[in-house]
Amino acid sequence: MRALREWLPHLRPGDWGTLALGLALAASSFPLLWRGGVADRAVVKRDGAILAEFALNASRRFEVEGPIGRTVIEIAPGRARVAADPGLHQYCVKQGWLTRPNSIAICAPNHVSLQLTGKDSSFDSLNY
Amino acid sequence: MPLFAFLIIGERYFQTMSVELTVTSDDRRIARFAAAAIVLTIAEAAIPSPLPGVKPGLANIVVLVVLLRHGWADAAWVSLLRVFAASLLMGQFLAPGFFLSLAGALASLATLAATVRLPSRWFGPVTHSVAAAFAHMAAQLVVARLWLVPHDGVFLLTPIFATAALCFGAINGLIAAKLLVELDQ
Repeated sequence: MRALREWLPHLRPGDWGTLALGLALAASSFPLLWRGGVADRAVVKRDGAILAEFALNASRRFEVEGPIGRTVIEIAPGRARVAADPGLHQYCVKQGWLTRPNSIAICAPNHVSLQLTGKDSSFDSLNY
Repeated sequence: MPLFAFLIIGERYFQTMSVELTVTSDDRRIARFAAAAIVLTIAEAAIPSPLPGVKPGLANIVVLVVLLRHGWADAAWVSLLRVFAASLLMGQFLAPGFFLSLAGALASLATLAATVRLPSRWFGPVTHSVAAAFAHMAAQLVVARLWLVPHDGVFLLTPIFATAALCFGAINGLIAAKLLVELDQ
């Protein structure tokens, strides 16, 4: 209380407006930039055709036979990854766990892709 | 005797040759404030931060005090001298951090040039500080997006930086307001 009495007089009427505007700006940046929500499904495709769809609520493994070998997809609660792939550079394996909706791991040599989807699909694709 | 005369002539010669840099009281004042700002920057660099770029920006308290006591031009000198001198002292001169710092300082100064024209009865140091903090953050994000991380992913950090700008801007503004009152007493 004493601290409040000491500091509050330094705020002028317009300063409250500035603080409110700043707060509104900061608060609005959260939903604007962090939308996309939670990923709830994983879609596995081969040659662009959907092979399988999994809800991201239980752990399981799924194997896909492609032109150069076997790609292993691992599903876990809230996330999914390519656990193994015969591709030379292992790009899709090195991407690790995918957690955001619309993020995708593409194992091009084996023609397999793993993509997460969410209820609110505001992006076509997200990569980091 | 001739040698003595020669020395006198020589001395006169050098007196006419030397360029006198007159140091005005303005220069001394700006240097004093800039030194204070530099010290705060260096001290702040020792504080660990969870995210690079989220810093209290204590040196801006000095810039605010100079702005409201001596005007925008002096504040610009202090702010830019701080950016250059602090980066030289920390070995960051011309490194990415220096350009982020410079972009932030320039954007803040541009914003302060506008907010300082607001009626002072209604808008005090807190308004200047918060506005400048947001400008600082926005400029740094734009430079980072254009140059350092050419991907829209950097904008995902906006909520964190905006919250930091609001909090630190308000706190620095309050400290500057208190200092100004105490300096006037």
